Amino acid sequence: MADLSIDFAGITSPNPFWLASAPPSNSGYQVHKAFEYGWGGAVWKTIGEPVLNVSSRYGALNVGGRRLVAINNVELISDRPLDVNLREIADVKRMWPDRAVIVSAMVGSTPEAWADIVRKIEDTGADGIELNYGCPHGMSERGMGSAVGQVPEYCSMITGWVSDVASIPVIVKLTPNVTDVTVPARAALVGRADALSLINTINSIMGVDLDSFELRPNIGGKGSHGGYAGQAVKPIALHMLSAVAGLTEVRAARTPISGMGGIETWRDAAEFMLLGATSLQVCTAVMHYGFRVIDDLTDGLSRWLDDKGIASVREIVGASVPRISAFGDLDLAHRSVARIDPETCINCNLCYVACEEAAHQCIDLTVDGARIDPHRYAGAATTQPVVREDDCVGCNLCSLVCPVDACIEMITLPSGRESVTWNQLMRERPEVLEWDAMLRYRDETGIDIH
Amino acid sequence: MTGAAVTILEANLMGASCARVCPVEELCEGACVLGADHKPIEIGRLQRYATDHIYERGVMPFTAAPPTGRRVAVVGAGPAGLTCAGELAKLGHEAVVFERRELPGGLSTYGIVVMREPIRVSLEEVDFVRRLGVEVHTGVEIGRDVTPESLLEEFDAVFLGAGLGGVPALGIPGEYLEGVTEALDFIAATKLAEKDGLDRLNGLPLGRHVAVIGAGNTAIDAATVARRLGAERVTIVYRRSESEMPAYDFEIAFIKQEGVEFRLQLQPLEILGRDGRVSGLRCARVTLGVPGPDGRRSPTVDPTDEVVVPCDQVITAIGQEKPRALIEAFGLESTLGYAAVDEALRTTNPKVFAGGDCVRATGHAMTVTAVADGKIAARSIDAYLASLPVRSALEGTR
Repeated sequence: MADLSIDFAGITSPNPFWLASAPPSNSGYQVHKAFEYGWGGAVWKTIGEPVLNVSSRYGALNVGGRRLVAINNVELISDRPLDVNLREIADVKRMWPDRAVIVSAMVGSTPEAWADIVRKIEDTGADGIELNYGCPHGMSERGMGSAVGQVPEYCSMITGWVSDVASIPVIVKLTPNVTDVTVPARAALVGRADALSLINTINSIMGVDLDSFELRPNIGGKGSHGGYAGQAVKPIALHMLSAVAGLTEVRAARTPISGMGGIETWRDAAEFMLLGATSLQVCTAVMHYGFRVIDDLTDGLSRWLDDKGIASVREIVGASVPRISAFGDLDLAHRSVARIDPETCINCNLCYVACEEAAHQCIDLTVDGARIDPHRYAGAATTQPVVREDDCVGCNLCSLVCPVDACIEMITLPSGRESVTWNQLMRERPEVLEWDAMLRYRDETGIDIH
Repeated sequence: MTGAAVTILEANLMGASCARVCPVEELCEGACVLGADHKPIEIGRLQRYATDHIYERGVMPFTAAPPTGRRVAVVGAGPAGLTCAGELAKLGHEAVVFERRELPGGLSTYGIVVMREPIRVSLEEVDFVRRLGVEVHTGVEIGRDVTPESLLEEFDAVFLGAGLGGVPALGIPGEYLEGVTEALDFIAATKLAEKDGLDRLNGLPLGRHVAVIGAGNTAIDAATVARRLGAERVTIVYRRSESEMPAYDFEIAFIKQEGVEFRLQLQPLEILGRDGRVSGLRCARVTLGVPGPDGRRSPTVDPTDEVVVPCDQVITAIGQEKPRALIEAFGLESTLGYAAVDEALRTTNPKVFAGGDCVRATGHAMTVTAVADGKIAARSIDAYLASLPVRSALEGTR
């Protein structure tokens, strides 16, 4: 079995799976239970300022019969007394020395408040501290959470205060509620963060009740924006993770990143690691199915590594990062076309409609190999969609709407053109920014846009 | 996917067979909490996909414990025997299986209709158990090739998972005419034929009008196979009414769609013949009286009211012979003709354990219950072996 143990900024854990700072890591009882199930670590639900919660806190996004594709919440940081949390953190760490115990913290923006909470956390024996710069509701209105994460200068300054006093690794948790996540990521590194974690929840409104006009979740007739998480946010999280993992500063300093945002299966976990995450944090999957999901996460990840002949999970961290490219560095000569397998095609014509109305009009409906006009066709024979490969731009849409697995395959064909990227073209033929020159260039190179 | 298959096989070494043959409508899918207002999760098909995955790749996820030096004889290579042997092998005991028939696998090999489980799946399961270190000897019958005494002598414990016998005789004239077949023989012939290619399957002798006597699940299976092989007309002849049929409701519904006819409340009196071949089934009409203790109405034959069901083949499916010979051979006590066992599947001989159809005096005899028996017996045998005095390493040399 592959070795799943990790070393994250000096924090070790037997596997990369940590409970994210969230309701499942709210108490010693829960974290203790999670560790019994085999979780590698836990980031304690954020401690710090005194708070009062509202009742009715979560909302769900259900899609096509699947429940909780995403969840949103307006719950605040821990409302349990600070000293209770600190005592339980110390107890858990003492009982589980081999697990990663990280404490998420959020206090008012003064150096004294941060120095005080850092000291208290270190006294518990915890392995690290995560600065919650991400929470988008409730705390942000009080000048904390994403209110800090959205302002790079605050982010640097407060991280600096913490780094000045902390002897354990400092992880800065980034908010996705910004235009460019690399800006606060860089700011955290300026503040000497030892590691980064992302993404925190995305600001969201879940929906409106069409009978009462009230919001979901409904808090006494009103609702509020809340943090959005779960499977639905995974592509956003993967993008932000890879953007941060690709930063020169991050690569140079080998800054570890803890990835999260919609991890539910071992496949999700592997993707996050390939895009640069050393440790993984999970919340929504646990809220949906319980701590037991750790079995499938570790078992699946380990079997996949075995199948690939990879001895340690550490080997895959960031392995796909070099494959992230700027658009301007993609090969404009690469040619991909769709091919419909008539044997498995069920003649539903979804591909035809999609291509005809939403793409590039390069699928024909045929009967006995002859193209027919569907608006005039009066025959009884079933029509067969066929791609005109010369006109196909390789957009993938038909293969994405096709309900039959592997019926529409995207084939790589030689384009007959020399490889060139947009950036290269800008250096060599900047005149193509004018339409006339662009059309001449297309003629020369044989690019025919149908 | 491998992880899913391992979880299944940890719980059920015959997981691939059960995925195909389990009456999931009655068991897991029937109990699925989504069943009430949704479609239940298709656990059977998912299990089949997962187990196929692991068999296709030849994965062996289990390692046997270090040898204990204990030897257990297993009589019968059906689901109960193979499961028991496999579980014992995992615990480090040496398990040797003796199978009377030419191929191992029991009813999975010979008795489950081709459409549901091709013989290949059953033989792959046997192979999987062999790879756990189990020896399987076929063509060996207890009492003929090996004596019960020698098994009790040579092995530390014995597990009996021998199943039941053939279909009992009808006890009516004409049952030895050409064209009369026992349902299990009929199904076994189709299984073996399919193994050698579909041409042979199509070449099997088959009547144009087939009458199947009985209305249990085996009768349904035989009728389905006869129909699918091309019999023009298949008629199930049963002496009570539809509500008394022992077959599962969904099987009865299925076979109606297959175009099988039912002739109910008919008691076969004689199989008619012409030139030594079956030409019809003479029956008397039956009236049903008050329900008996089992809720089924008792049939009363009216000898004055006869009908002839025209047919040129008769398939008998009226249950299986009880395992009398085996019980006597091992000197065991019996319950209603089945081997008597306690809840740990111990027989009246402390060295002998039994499970599967040969102990199933009541309730549905399913593959999965045989597997459960194999597991329970393996655990009991393991406990029994642990209770034996420790053997000196020198014992064999003294």
